[in-house]
Amino acid sequence: MSDANSELIPLWEVFIRPRTGLAHSHVGSVHAADEVMALQAARDVYTRRGEGVSIWVVPSASITASDPAQRDENFEPAASKIYRHPSFYDIPDDVGHM
Amino acid sequence: MASADNIAGIGMSAPDHAAQPQDPAPGPAPGQVPGDLPGRAQQDDLLALLMRIGDDHLILGHRLSEWCGHAPMLEEDLALPNMALDLLGTARMCYGYAAEIEGGGKTEDDYAFLRDGTAFRHILMVEQPNGDFAYTILRQFFFAAFMHPFWQEMTGLADPRLAAHAQKAVKELAYHIRHSGEWVIRLGDGTPESTRRMGEALDALSPYVGELFETDSISIALTTAGVLPDMEVVQRQFDATVAQTFRAATLPDYAPEFAHSGGRRGRHTEHLGHLLAELQFMQRAYPGQSW
Repeated sequence: MSDANSELIPLWEVFIRPRTGLAHSHVGSVHAADEVMALQAARDVYTRRGEGVSIWVVPSASITASDPAQRDENFEPAASKIYRHPSFYDIPDDVGHM
Repeated sequence: MASADNIAGIGMSAPDHAAQPQDPAPGPAPGQVPGDLPGRAQQDDLLALLMRIGDDHLILGHRLSEWCGHAPMLEEDLALPNMALDLLGTARMCYGYAAEIEGGGKTEDDYAFLRDGTAFRHILMVEQPNGDFAYTILRQFFFAAFMHPFWQEMTGLADPRLAAHAQKAVKELAYHIRHSGEWVIRLGDGTPESTRRMGEALDALSPYVGELFETDSISIALTTAGVLPDMEVVQRQFDATVAQTFRAATLPDYAPEFAHSGGRRGRHTEHLGHLLAELQFMQRAYPGQSW
C-alpha cells in the first residue's frame, strides 16, 4: 500500500483465542480504517479455517515495544540464571503430572 | 469436489463421479416435491426456483471471484473470495437438489458448465461487470440485504431441503450485510472521491434492484404452496436495511424509478456471454475433465 493509504488505513495487530479457556495469541496484522473494519479484516484473513472463537484487534501504534538495540542488556542477563527455572525440585508422586 | 474452499477445484469433477457427499438435510426422494400440490406442475416450478437461486449465486460468486488477486488491499482480497465461496456453496446446493429431482444421471456440473446463456435465470444485476470497488461493494450489499430476509423467511417454509440450507445461509448473509454495509458507510461518508464513486455506483445499480422482487406465475404459485417467501415481506426488510445503512452513509434516499427485467426469462445482457466463456471454458474444451 502507498504511504497515503497507510495514513488513512493504519495497521492493527490481531490476537485470536483458538478455544474457550485459552489465551488470545498474536497471529499477525491487518490494515483497516477503524476498529470495526479491523475486526472484519481479521476475521476474513485469520479465521478462514476455524482458527478461533474470539478476536482482539489493537492499533499497532498503541503497542510500546522493546528496542531491538537493547536486546542484549534486556535479555542476556537472564541466560546465566538457570536456577530461576523451577527444575531443581523433586516432585512428590502424589502431585501427579505438573 | 471434495473441498468447497478450493476455487481451482470447483466443478472439475467428471460427470461419472456422481457419488458426492450430500447435505445431511432430509430431502424429498427424486421425483417428489413437498407441499400441498404434488405433481409435475409444482415440480417444474421448484426446478425453476432452484435455477433462479442457483444462478444468482453462481454468477455473482463468479464475479466476486474475479477480484481474487486484484482487490485494493490484501484484506479485501480474502474477504471478497470468502463471500464468493459462500455464494458458490448455495449454488451447489441448488444444482445438486435440481439434479436429484431431474434424475437421469445429471450432476451439479451440468447446470453450471453445460448450459448456454439463454438457459440461465439469474437477475441482470449479478452478471454486470465488477466496475470499481464501490460498485462491487454496493451490489454485494443490495444482494445480501435481499437474500438475508429471503433465507430468514425460508427457514419456516415447506421445502425441508431449502429450509435446512436457509439455517446456514442466514449466518453467511448476516456477515455479508455487515461487511459490505460497513464499506458502504465508509465510502459514502468518506473522502470526496469515495463519496463520488459510491454515488455513481448507486446511480448505475439502482435500475437493477427491482428485479430482485419481481414476481411471475412461477413465484406466485410457489409462494402460495408455501415454498417461496412472500416477496413483499422480504422487500420490507430489504428497504429497512438499506435505509438504515444509507442514512449512516449520508447517501440519498433509495427510491429507484425504473427496473430492468428479463433475467428470470433468460434474456440477459451481453456481459453474460463473456462471463460464461471464462466460467465454462474447461468443461467445454475438455468435457468430463477432472483433477
